[in-house]
Amino acid sequence: MKLDDLLSHSSEWLKGSGPNSDIVISSRIRLARNIMARFFPHWADKTQGDETSGIIYQAIQKVEYLKRNTYFKLSEMDTVDKQFLVERHLMSREQASKPNSKAVVIDDDEIISIMINEEDHLRLQVMKSGFDLLDAWEIMNRIDDALSKELSFAFSSEYGYLTACPTNTGTGMRGSVMLHLPALVMLRTIDKVLSAIAKLSFTTRGLYGEGTQAIGNFFQISNQISLGHNEDEIISNINGLIRQVIEHEETARGVLLKQQKTLLEDRVWRSLGILKNSFIISSQETTELLSMLRLGIDLNIIKDIDRRTVNELFILIQPAHLQKLESKKLNSQERDIKRASLIRSKLIK
Amino acid sequence: MICDVCAANPATVHLTEIVDEQMTELHLCEECAKNKSSEMEQQFGLADLLAGLSDLGKGAIETKESLKIKCSNCGMTYADFKKVGRLGCSECYNSFRKYLLPLLKRIHGSNKHYGKMPLVLAKPLKTKSDIEELKVKLQKAVSIEDFEEAARIRDIIKKLENSEPKDKNQTTQ
Repeated sequence: MKLDDLLSHSSEWLKGSGPNSDIVISSRIRLARNIMARFFPHWADKTQGDETSGIIYQAIQKVEYLKRNTYFKLSEMDTVDKQFLVERHLMSREQASKPNSKAVVIDDDEIISIMINEEDHLRLQVMKSGFDLLDAWEIMNRIDDALSKELSFAFSSEYGYLTACPTNTGTGMRGSVMLHLPALVMLRTIDKVLSAIAKLSFTTRGLYGEGTQAIGNFFQISNQISLGHNEDEIISNINGLIRQVIEHEETARGVLLKQQKTLLEDRVWRSLGILKNSFIISSQETTELLSMLRLGIDLNIIKDIDRRTVNELFILIQPAHLQKLESKKLNSQERDIKRASLIRSKLIK
Repeated sequence: MICDVCAANPATVHLTEIVDEQMTELHLCEECAKNKSSEMEQQFGLADLLAGLSDLGKGAIETKESLKIKCSNCGMTYADFKKVGRLGCSECYNSFRKYLLPLLKRIHGSNKHYGKMPLVLAKPLKTKSDIEELKVKLQKAVSIEDFEEAARIRDIIKKLENSEPKDKNQTTQ
């Protein structure tokens, strides 16, 4: 598979299916793993880093579940291609920023991605559509077991898996759920929910993980603690919390429908109106309008556009995706024009 | 509007910064904005946060000598770790153990792992000799009145004794 092939099919997690997919976009499990005694990526020189990368890729090729994969070497990719993988959530921004000895392996269904030499030697990620962390964990557990037969993972019976940063030590696991919470934002109760989440040792981030702002009413919630609880406990703790957040959002949507129906319909239809009639539009404005459109679809206000189309648009309107679609470099003004025409072509039938 | 930094490209990113209680506005082109944002990330890096946290750790008091402790495998010193906030290799966990234990406890509220382990390690642990070894550890924990640890070891022993040999995917809790 080539990078450009990814453009023509959409990621599994964008399907808009799976449990609670009206509110939950995707569920993701990430594991950090390292090889015993080998220098961690930031401390290794280029020779060591390349060697580690080679050892890991050899091991990956022996794993049955990872047979159909594509290997991307970061030093051989241009900026747009790297950004493209970040926009698809297949790679972190950190991985894209310093290419030395780094690589990413992606399975052809775009469910599994493995970053090599990011902060840790391996960062394994499994991403599923909807609210299904347990399913993601089951896939991850099998891959991790299979890899642990090929690589001697750095592990201590006392502190568990040993990671470059002590914030990931132990299980090395981070479970994240991406939620779309427009009603809580509209009713201005989101801050209360977020501050409660922070008190329970969970973190909330924006659409693109660490250091990104919450735009388009998307919130990514994940566990902060990786040591002292086993994987099942961590997942059931996140699940318990997410269920409550979903309930709050459902209640808020009910309130909007009951008490502010006209206001809600006005915002939804206006959003669709702008999206269908723009000739220049920024990614931030698009994301905010798409969020309203998605809410309209979830609440059955808009019936002739499906959730998948909107989910895909969230990704396709990003800068690198637009440039890949156009097969050339575009500056920010050119992108705003291309973005508007893409949206019109997807929404006007 | 032209970029304030390179004075060549048109400014598309507008940034408000507060330095010494003075608000300044910066108008940047895409390229210069990118450089600026990585600069800012470095300023508020995790390293500072971690370094701050480890100072608060109970027990191990850091001296000039402790900063010189060096990992025999990768050569990282404890001072290096405090600076970058990341360890050099898995052996650093042994080398800096005295300081890492309280740090882990502060970050996670615990410094003991209860989750899965690599398959290759999970198997041999189930042998009889390992159970015997755990029983000795249990005695030790009881004698120093570390009942939390004792209960944890007791549970592992129970689990190992009950586990069927066919249950390959058994993880210790």
